[in-house]
Amino acid sequence: MVATTTPTRPTPAEPDQHRPANRPAGTTTAVLAKVIGLGLVLGLAGTITPTLLGQERWAFLAIVWIIAALALFAYLGKGRLPAKYILPGTLLLFLFVVYPVVMTAKASTTNFGDGTRQSKPETITQIIASSVTQTPDAPRYTMTVATQASVTDGPFTLFLVNQKDNSISRGTSEGLDTVAAGDVTVTDNAVTSAPGYTILTPQQVNAANAKIKEIAVPTEKGAIRPLGIRQAFEGITTLKYDEATDTITDTQTGVTYTPVTSGDREYFTSADGKRVSDQSWLATVGADNYQRALTDSRIRADFIRIFIWTVAFATLSVGTCFLLGLVLATVLNDDRLKGQRIYRSVLLLPYAIPGFISLLVWSGFFNKDFGLINSLTGLDIGWFTSVGWARTAVIVTNLWMGFPYMFLVCTGALQAIPADLKEAAAIDGASGFTQFRKITFPLLLVTVAPLLVSSFAFNFNNFNAVQLLTEGAPFAPDNPTAGGTDILISYTIRLAFGAGGAQLGFASAISVLLFVLTGVIAAIQFRATRTLEDVN
Amino acid sequence: MRMSPRVLAVLAGATLLTTACGGGSTTPSASSSAPDASASASAPAASPSGSAAPVRSNADLVIWTDELKAPGVKPIAAKFAADNGITVDVQVISADLQANFVTANAAGNGPDVFTGAHDWIGNLVQNGAIAPLQIGADKLSGYAPIAVKATTYQSKLYALPYGFEAIALYRNTAVAPNEPKTLDEAITVGQAAVKAGKVESALNLQQGDNGDAYHMEPVMTSMGGYLFGSTSAGDYDPKDLGVGKPGSIAAAKKIYELGEKGSKVLRRSISGDNSIALFASGKAAYLVSGPWALPDIKKSGMKYAISPVPGFAGQKPAKPFSGVQGFYVASKGKNQAFAQEFVANAMNTEAAMQSMYDGAKIPPAMNSVAAKVGADSPDVKVFVEAAKGGDPMPAIPAMQEVWEPLGKAYSAIIGGADPTTTMTATGKAIAAKIG
Repeated sequence: MVATTTPTRPTPAEPDQHRPANRPAGTTTAVLAKVIGLGLVLGLAGTITPTLLGQERWAFLAIVWIIAALALFAYLGKGRLPAKYILPGTLLLFLFVVYPVVMTAKASTTNFGDGTRQSKPETITQIIASSVTQTPDAPRYTMTVATQASVTDGPFTLFLVNQKDNSISRGTSEGLDTVAAGDVTVTDNAVTSAPGYTILTPQQVNAANAKIKEIAVPTEKGAIRPLGIRQAFEGITTLKYDEATDTITDTQTGVTYTPVTSGDREYFTSADGKRVSDQSWLATVGADNYQRALTDSRIRADFIRIFIWTVAFATLSVGTCFLLGLVLATVLNDDRLKGQRIYRSVLLLPYAIPGFISLLVWSGFFNKDFGLINSLTGLDIGWFTSVGWARTAVIVTNLWMGFPYMFLVCTGALQAIPADLKEAAAIDGASGFTQFRKITFPLLLVTVAPLLVSSFAFNFNNFNAVQLLTEGAPFAPDNPTAGGTDILISYTIRLAFGAGGAQLGFASAISVLLFVLTGVIAAIQFRATRTLEDVN
Repeated sequence: MRMSPRVLAVLAGATLLTTACGGGSTTPSASSSAPDASASASAPAASPSGSAAPVRSNADLVIWTDELKAPGVKPIAAKFAADNGITVDVQVISADLQANFVTANAAGNGPDVFTGAHDWIGNLVQNGAIAPLQIGADKLSGYAPIAVKATTYQSKLYALPYGFEAIALYRNTAVAPNEPKTLDEAITVGQAAVKAGKVESALNLQQGDNGDAYHMEPVMTSMGGYLFGSTSAGDYDPKDLGVGKPGSIAAAKKIYELGEKGSKVLRRSISGDNSIALFASGKAAYLVSGPWALPDIKKSGMKYAISPVPGFAGQKPAKPFSGVQGFYVASKGKNQAFAQEFVANAMNTEAAMQSMYDGAKIPPAMNSVAAKVGADSPDVKVFVEAAKGGDPMPAIPAMQEVWEPLGKAYSAIIGGADPTTTMTATGKAIAAKIG
């Protein structure tokens, strides 16, 4: 979606000063790219508009068209060069960073999760609908749906053949009446034609299901209801909802259920504490999730310990990977070494194997009785059963997975350092190590420090490294929620999803808190790295 | 019965390595026994698939299933399509079918019918994701009673069962020729084989570092422990928790005796990653596992035999968890009429059930199919018996609070933690979570 155009007035921002000022904007290719790109944007916006209209997603619709308008404004007009460059990046930033953060923050003020995925009216409708119970010993019917009007909207009539005695009847929501066998054609115990009626095909029955489902032919014991496309059964809806009092009543037992709050959700509960259903509904809970995350005694007790280990884990991971990567890069950067390429390729292998695979394979290596490490070294270490060893295992595995990245980065940075600096240092009589310490390393840090910061932030939330290797183990027998190798992210995911189903609202609150925490740490680190820029 | 990502990765990694950590184990169908299975697809990094959420295709009937069941479902779907002159699409959802279904269904682009384990029902019902089935009792008389009991939740049938699974005791007939009458007998024979240097492990009962409540259930029940009592309606009662009660403490003491500070029969180094592989390579005398271990064991060419897991001498019989597989109707499917028709009529036939067995090889829940298959395959017969003799895995949402803490308690006790205090504390913690 990037089209290049040349503004007619040369501006300082424009490097190309050799074009005549009155030349029409752009080459043929550029114009074509512009037409196709903008056409795509408009086409997409037009395509999803009906869907969004149908779902009444007004905010979304407005955003889509604002984006389209911005694109037209930026790329069709003359000039506006900064906008042409900034717009795509800004939009992507908004779509993939800002929007998810905002939505997560929004979700964190609700009780959204398993058992609270729907609105209250929807939940009530479902509870009532699933209370339909078959009348015991009532006959089943072979059903044919017919209509004297429209096959899509009805009104519909059910022709029913009793599966016990083959008697034929006709039912509507008004009631049931008997049909003489001669009045309709019956094939294989199903009515296949009736004068004055159009018989619906299976597809038509399926398509009109929403309307047909509503038909309940009143009988003495309940009502005959359609089931699928060919069957009807007699059943009774045992629950009734009363909007005025906001209660659900069981018509069979007379028990009344009213909404009672339990934790962050409400259930329809009877006076003696029985719930009519496990279903609750979505509600806004304000800052409750944050309050729970910050004040829950169990979370507080473990949080400090896990936070310290998380910082240690991220620091050690970055530190060890950087050291090993730097040493290897420096060694392999010497031109006297033969087979540099082969070594470099081999060293990149751990980086080339998907992390999921290597983590799980390593997890097998560390097995106490059958693992490669103990059987090669003759040790008998329970790697994942003591906190110290388990943490060592996590760091070692992460080192194996992470050093090639640092090796790559350092190799690149080393090759960018001009050789004449080193030569000058050598002439001044600096030894190899002094050269490295005084010249190479500071210059290298200028390039690598920001990457170390981002690597720290990545490892700070490196869920896979812990979850796939140890799953947080070892756990103290009295505390199944916080393990010895758990870092904040794996711990909070366990809190939110580990038990009791998905608590998405609570998990969102935790995510927001982690986002703030990681952001603050990264900001501090970036400030610190600025001092490095004085080197140049 | 889903291949866990852990196992898939180990399988992939196994080609690179020649270590003892083989592949080929799988998690039981207990969706909840894998803690990440309950995580929703929107959990950050929790879904290792990394793929976008599945979207329903456009057909008159859309069925979602997993790779394992697809070969069984497809012929039935094709016949149903031909019989009714409609299009039926069977979509294979490779990862986390339950979470993906719940999310897609809530958004209105889920399937009409899907397959799943019965212990999902509690969660699916609390999310309003499935519709009850109206299949008369006479139409269900052909199924094993436990299968119907498991798929019935709060007196409503929610799934049509087609198969069920429970763990049994495999034995390596080279070192353990006779069927053990008690678990003690099996352990004695196994330990003798270890002493003689014929095998490395007497009994492979997978626990790993974080424990595995599913595989420990026979030990728990034989010693008189239970997880949940029953309500008058026959459902599990979340108010009656057995963890921390005397039976579970007796089981905990037994586990301690067999653990790393006792006879070392139960070890945390035996996990889902290596339990089956070690047995299949002849390194263990006995293995506690389900029908999903059969392909690997058959492939190895070893001589083996299967019997239901026996209880301890003088104690109660061991009851494993039965996991029932079934067909569900989605609450917000676009074609509910066809969905009901498919599950209640097209699926509920011997031919369809036979097709499911041929395709997925899960021990059949329909008695007539089970008898037919059992006549040719004694292994399947044993597994059908094991599933019939078990207890349905609890489907109540409260069970999700049990799997992890109880598993971790088991592994701590195997490692030498005090059985009484650990089990009591775990019971208290779970009860507090259930509320």
